[in-house]
Amino acid sequence: MTEQTTKPIYLDYSATTPIDERVVTEMLKYMGPESSFGNPASRSHSFGWTAEAAVETARKHIADLVGANPKEIIFTSGATESNNLAIKGVAHFNKKRGKHIVTCKTEHKAVLDSCRQLEREGYEVTYLDPMENGLVDLKVLEDALRDDTILVSIMHVNNEIGVIQDIDAIGKICRARKIVFHVDAAQSPGKVEINLEELPVDLMSFSAHKIYGPKGIGALYVQRKPRVRLEAQMHGGGHERGMRSGTLATHQIVGMGEAFRIAKEEMAAENERLLKLRNKLYDGVKDMEEVYINGDIDHRIAGNINISFNYVEGESLLMALNKLAISSGSACTSASLEPSYVLRALGRNDELAHSSIRFTMGRYTTEEEIDRTIEYVRKAVEKLRELSPLWDMYKDGIDLDSIEWAAH
Amino acid sequence: MAVYLDNNATTALDERVLEAMLPYMGQVTGNPSSVHRFGRLQKDAIEQARESVAQLVGSRAEQVIFTSGGTESNNLLINGFFQKNRDNRIAVSAIEHMSLLEPAQNLGRMVDIIQADENGHINRSALQQVVDERTSLVSVMTANNETGVIQDLSPLVDLAAENNCFFHTDATQAAGKISLDFVGSGIHAMTISAHKLYGPVGVGALIIDKRLPIRKLQFGGSQEKNLRAGTENVPAIVGFGKAAELATAEMQTNARHVHVLRDALEEGLSEFAGVSIFADLVERLPNTVQFGVNGFDGETLLMQLDRKAIAVSSGSACTSGKTEPSHVLKAMKVPDALANSAIRVSFGKNNTMSDVDALLAALHDIIEMNQQSAVMMAATV
Repeated sequence: MTEQTTKPIYLDYSATTPIDERVVTEMLKYMGPESSFGNPASRSHSFGWTAEAAVETARKHIADLVGANPKEIIFTSGATESNNLAIKGVAHFNKKRGKHIVTCKTEHKAVLDSCRQLEREGYEVTYLDPMENGLVDLKVLEDALRDDTILVSIMHVNNEIGVIQDIDAIGKICRARKIVFHVDAAQSPGKVEINLEELPVDLMSFSAHKIYGPKGIGALYVQRKPRVRLEAQMHGGGHERGMRSGTLATHQIVGMGEAFRIAKEEMAAENERLLKLRNKLYDGVKDMEEVYINGDIDHRIAGNINISFNYVEGESLLMALNKLAISSGSACTSASLEPSYVLRALGRNDELAHSSIRFTMGRYTTEEEIDRTIEYVRKAVEKLRELSPLWDMYKDGIDLDSIEWAAH
Repeated sequence: MAVYLDNNATTALDERVLEAMLPYMGQVTGNPSSVHRFGRLQKDAIEQARESVAQLVGSRAEQVIFTSGGTESNNLLINGFFQKNRDNRIAVSAIEHMSLLEPAQNLGRMVDIIQADENGHINRSALQQVVDERTSLVSVMTANNETGVIQDLSPLVDLAAENNCFFHTDATQAAGKISLDFVGSGIHAMTISAHKLYGPVGVGALIIDKRLPIRKLQFGGSQEKNLRAGTENVPAIVGFGKAAELATAEMQTNARHVHVLRDALEEGLSEFAGVSIFADLVERLPNTVQFGVNGFDGETLLMQLDRKAIAVSSGSACTSGKTEPSHVLKAMKVPDALANSAIRVSFGKNNTMSDVDALLAALHDIIEMNQQSAVMMAATV
């Protein structure tokens, strides 16, 4: 068998992206005995200085893509750590001022679980319901804010449905009330323009491995003017302006910097290309019956489409589509058989939530792969529906909601 | 290229480790949590690395929790333990790395410091002084990053057990240099890091016995036995596994090699006036020597050595750039002036005898010149 027929088509770019070869090339300069392998914290020799200079160049590349000052970029081990640091760090620092936090039900687990932890510590958290299209209702947000609200955390781009929140508007609401605003932007750099110089955002989390950089490295933007204060979560050495201790992983930081540099250069053309692919994919399946798009189609990144195929069981569909590497939602919750909590929050019923597939396309996705994807999906859905008693009942015009199922 | 003698700060990635990592930086992509084939391949690679790391430290694979490095492991251990045991006291030694000492000190009143003796040893009697029925965790490092002093942990582990305390050791500097036996030693938790043993920066592990109760610090996923959320750093973990495998196989050879170099250096140093080697009477890591040069300022010495293309440090890289004398030497009652002149040389497997010669020659020049100018100064007065 040839490589093409054995290797599944990778359509799970929101779970992780392959590292760009150009990124690897840069990383290799800081890996191995002939490289500049020093510890950037070593102040006494050139090995350390060279590594430190590389870290600073990377910091600048990252800042450049998002319109920040390099001094506002703090390196972490990934977006999960950034989210933990931002949320718990702000909450702990401001605990005397108030103990109320506002977030949304569709946030990534790293945000939700950090909030749950704060609840155990005595904080109060409001989890907003999004509108049906996945976006936060600004009025609902405003109503949730209180005098003791210290932090609002809303993601930029949702990892499952790809919708883009209006962080500018949300930020303005927070600014007016002097509430710290954190944005989980793990999924957005290189896909959506970000200009932190103008955006009213205080903290923003980034990841490298969602943007063709390496795993194990991320960053937190911490605004300097006005200065946002937070309590470090990891101590011992005072690296990263005291906000995050631990030896800096030079090669990974360099990789992240290069990934952000490339994204800045290529994002406009790439987004245009991905949008065509996504439209092609959607056009290829939308004429089938009972097919629903999850999340707003206009306020959405180009590379994401999340579709529910009603009357088809999601896990069976995933198995039938074993030539595609796709997911039913977040990789971080994919081992569980629960329907996506994101789709549930949108008001989707269990059946629709269960029958959803997330297709996420990226830099190496080709038109030919999308053609094959359409073919596989159509075949699989048709075949599974043929086997489905629910589908038969639907075709016979029986209202499934009216049926009272026997308890078992 | 300059002579690198700062292997306790970080080591150069072994080429064989790099080779093992490269596929995971290239063709093999995927999120280990994804259920599809790409994800499963990543997961398999992680589990294989876990086996290799377990073998290096003598633990079971399921006791290995991967983290972003030694700092995170130490923070996870101290804070994670405290969160679960808020009413109990923690005893840590005075010579620990800052990544353990700082989180411990942040707990304030709940922490007792175990004093070191003049050789940098933590004695049973010193532990006895602070441990009581309220103590529930004792942490003493296996080998010190500055002086290289190796602790005799077993009497401390015994004393901790007699007091129903859990025992943690930071083995960041020891792993790969001396043999470790996690299961056999009665220790409940151990910190290790990959980049000190020719593995990549950005990955470490906390080896933990499940009887030791800790709560995770980083939330947002059930990775690593639900003790450490976040997408696993697969290439780095694979590299850690390979580095551990190589360290297990080559530990003795490497130890012998660096020991010879260090002996040669110490013999050379004995001919300089005013040089004193710290903790030279006790067992140290075979690659490490820390010494003071009477009448010199350490930072100036380091800079002068750097100008001669020799990379060493005063002590910990994590506190480098600070002007205070090392807390480790302070704990050993080394006078401030001598502690301020400290130089740490840490050899690695890539060093050769010519590196020793280069260092000795450079030191000779610097010390000689300084003494000459001192004589001239004295003459002009």
